[in-house]
Amino acid sequence: MHITLNGTPRELAEESTIADLIVLLALQGQRYAVEVNEAIVPRSIHDSHKIREGDRIEVVQAIGGG
Amino acid sequence: MNEASADQPLIVAGKTYRSRLLVGTGKYRDLEETRAAIEASGAEIVTVAVRRTNIGQNPDEPNLLDVISPERYTILPNTAGCYTAKDAVRTCQLARELLDGHDLVKLEVLGDQKTLYPDVTETLAAAETLIRDGFKVMVYTTDDPLIAKRLEEMGCVAVMPLGAPIGSGLGIRNPYNIRLILENAKVPILVDAGVGTASDATIAMELGCDGVLMNTAIALAREPVRMAHAMKLAVESGRQAWLAGRMPRKLYASASSPIDGLIG
Repeated sequence: MHITLNGTPRELAEESTIADLIVLLALQGQRYAVEVNEAIVPRSIHDSHKIREGDRIEVVQAIGGG
Repeated sequence: MNEASADQPLIVAGKTYRSRLLVGTGKYRDLEETRAAIEASGAEIVTVAVRRTNIGQNPDEPNLLDVISPERYTILPNTAGCYTAKDAVRTCQLARELLDGHDLVKLEVLGDQKTLYPDVTETLAAAETLIRDGFKVMVYTTDDPLIAKRLEEMGCVAVMPLGAPIGSGLGIRNPYNIRLILENAKVPILVDAGVGTASDATIAMELGCDGVLMNTAIALAREPVRMAHAMKLAVESGRQAWLAGRMPRKLYASASSPIDGLIG
């Protein structure tokens, strides 16, 4: 299915969950937050939250800033 | 700390801090320099930005929060780069999720890329939404005393007027406005932005500010770690001078040595 990840189009296997995407991005064990279609998806449901066709997903982390 | 330098701690949102210097983590050469500078500054509250993960980067690369640990420091996520209340609120919500429910944020909504001046109407709107949503908001704003008061009355936990534009290093260009803000304040007032060197930080504290937040003045110094140490001393020095109360200014000289007992 087609999704948009951090503003870039991307292909993802059907039935993928947020947790699957995190593994794909090799982000396990890091601090990150995920938003799907401008709504936060809490970490506690990353395993169960299924990504849908056309979803706009943001994955963010903390970086240097003032 | 000896008796002469005893002081009340800084209290922000019910938590006490020994250091009145807050520092950012941007513009450093690398994470090791970031870590060393922040350690030298003695800061306990450290700002970070929230940005899209760089997809495809080396996953083994260390993360900012590995060197600036949330267990050791109070992490203050900012909304830098946001030009609308909506984006600022979204960024804060992402930050809260990122930091396991931590709800202290630095709200800044900018109005213009050239000056990075705060957009006050968007800032007020974002502050209202965030406070309603349970956030503890430290707010970056202009030096307008009426707006500062309104942000306090809305429930912001600290009000942080600029001394000069972000990253300009021009120093405290508005001491009288800062004093007007301080006169009426019931929450901590911190100068955020404008400091260029140690004496600027001292001036902010000598005005009676509760603290100073800075980033570029340290990160872009030739030796950031040494400047971080200088800023620590400058903030402490300015605070002590304010507590001590300066002598009155006089137009003419007043001899320091006694007149009596002169020879000749």
